[in-house]
Amino acid sequence: MKVLVAVKRVVDYNVKVRAKADGSDVDLNNVKMAINPFCEIAVEEAVRLKEAGTATEVIAVSVGDKSCQEQIRTALALGADRGIQVETEGGVEPLVVAKLLKGVVDKEQPQLVILGKQSIDGDNNQTGQMLGALANMPQGTFASEAVVDGDKINVTREVDGGLQTVSLNLPAVVTTDLRLNEPRYASLPNIMKAKKKPLDVYSPDDLGVSVTTHLTQVSVEPPAERQAGITVEDVDQLIDKLKNEAKVIS
Amino acid sequence: MSTLVIAEHDNGSLKVATLNAVAAAQAMGADIDILVAGASCDGAAQAAAAVAGVNKVLVADNAAYEHQLAENTSLLIAEVGSAYDNIIAPATANAKNTMPRVAALLDVAQISEIISVESADTFKRPIYAGNVIATVQSTDAKKVITVRTTAFDAAADQGGSATVEAVGSVHDAGLSSFVGEEVAVSDRPELTAADIVISGGRGMQNGENFKLLEGIADKLGAAIGASRAAVDAGFVPNDMQVGQTGKIVAPDLYVAVGISGAIQHLAGMKDSKVIVAINKDEDAPIFQVADYGLVADLFDALPEFESKL
Repeated sequence: MKVLVAVKRVVDYNVKVRAKADGSDVDLNNVKMAINPFCEIAVEEAVRLKEAGTATEVIAVSVGDKSCQEQIRTALALGADRGIQVETEGGVEPLVVAKLLKGVVDKEQPQLVILGKQSIDGDNNQTGQMLGALANMPQGTFASEAVVDGDKINVTREVDGGLQTVSLNLPAVVTTDLRLNEPRYASLPNIMKAKKKPLDVYSPDDLGVSVTTHLTQVSVEPPAERQAGITVEDVDQLIDKLKNEAKVIS
Repeated sequence: MSTLVIAEHDNGSLKVATLNAVAAAQAMGADIDILVAGASCDGAAQAAAAVAGVNKVLVADNAAYEHQLAENTSLLIAEVGSAYDNIIAPATANAKNTMPRVAALLDVAQISEIISVESADTFKRPIYAGNVIATVQSTDAKKVITVRTTAFDAAADQGGSATVEAVGSVHDAGLSSFVGEEVAVSDRPELTAADIVISGGRGMQNGENFKLLEGIADKLGAAIGASRAAVDAGFVPNDMQVGQTGKIVAPDLYVAVGISGAIQHLAGMKDSKVIVAINKDEDAPIFQVADYGLVADLFDALPEFESKL
């Protein structure tokens, strides 16, 4: 079966992003970019399915300007077979990304689409679910385990208070949570090999999708700062403060 | 203007998160109805009808909605919601699963995890793990919104007298089925609803050592949480994770033990009323947000803390 895996180029998770002084946008000048951590888990899961003989081909897709080819190459170095870039100018909203991915799904007809549950820039947690609705596919979101079983996939999901397992008809959408797997590191030979793997570029027009805007970012600001408190000497003083000053325990 | 709030419930009862979403709906100043989609969910429906300020409770009671599978409930919500200006749900695992499907079916954006209502079309929401707060304006006529529950004080769960109306539509997409669930059974309060939360981080060293937190949690009536580092290291299950990618909590007292204070953890707990940090590294960033910091080895401090409570 063919597996499509979506990857997003985001600010590296180690970077502390700040709002620009004029509040117009976040300051992304000269910051390190990387593949979204949840997308990396998605690539790993797809590659493992291929190694297990369940998947026959793994296609990595990203939506963005040319620079996102770097993250597609990362996915190829991790074991994806070929890449697709859907060329857009800058970032587009999750609904549009989902429509573009739906276009790719229509072209490629994968049996499984794996995405990260959210990207660590916009923190929207929407794209996989939206793709599911648009493509009329079932979804296993926030997956901690995914097992293909004939023409179905059983997905164990991280939900409030525990785990839930659902059985989905293929083709299906799976979005990854942290514990699904631990992504490997790309080896140097595989990084070199990835440069030669095929990478197609489509425009939204090629996929019959018009890029629309539904939300405008009016401004950005830093979050309210918390006042640093005091250092207590010992456990006795801590308990005293909590009882008599903060009055949060009795 | 009219708003449909999607109830968070377990069929028998209504979850508090629903009340936070109702509060956000009230902030938008619209007439409020609540949709309860489930099976044998009369208990939840009656509780929803008692919520202050609610006009009408719509109940879709059918086996297809028993486990609130997103494939089925999204079709229902999109159909019922088409008559409303806003569709609002608390940002629980359930709604995070379902609401983007609703938005896509209605061809509108979803505005995720709002923390304030600035006007009928403008909202604030955290991005970049809470490092930045964005103000966003929606141009959609119909708005699909999830609400960060800790940012809105719960609406009163009594005092209302909404009418209860059955919704007949049955949507079974036939794409998915429920297999089973493992719900952590605990006498302790739920993490997101607890007044006191005590969390452990990588400094706990292993899962076994989380027992050190249990005695304290029992004495305080607290829930136990964990940092992402502790979850990643396999000490404890992910449903205990507090942080941007886990649960967002805002208890009266939050005790962070052996947690360095990575930004993604802070994003999940910094709205707590009082924060205590116990860490042997005095330079740990957690101390910058703590009201009370104790620089100590947790393996000495925790047993002493428990015995003196």
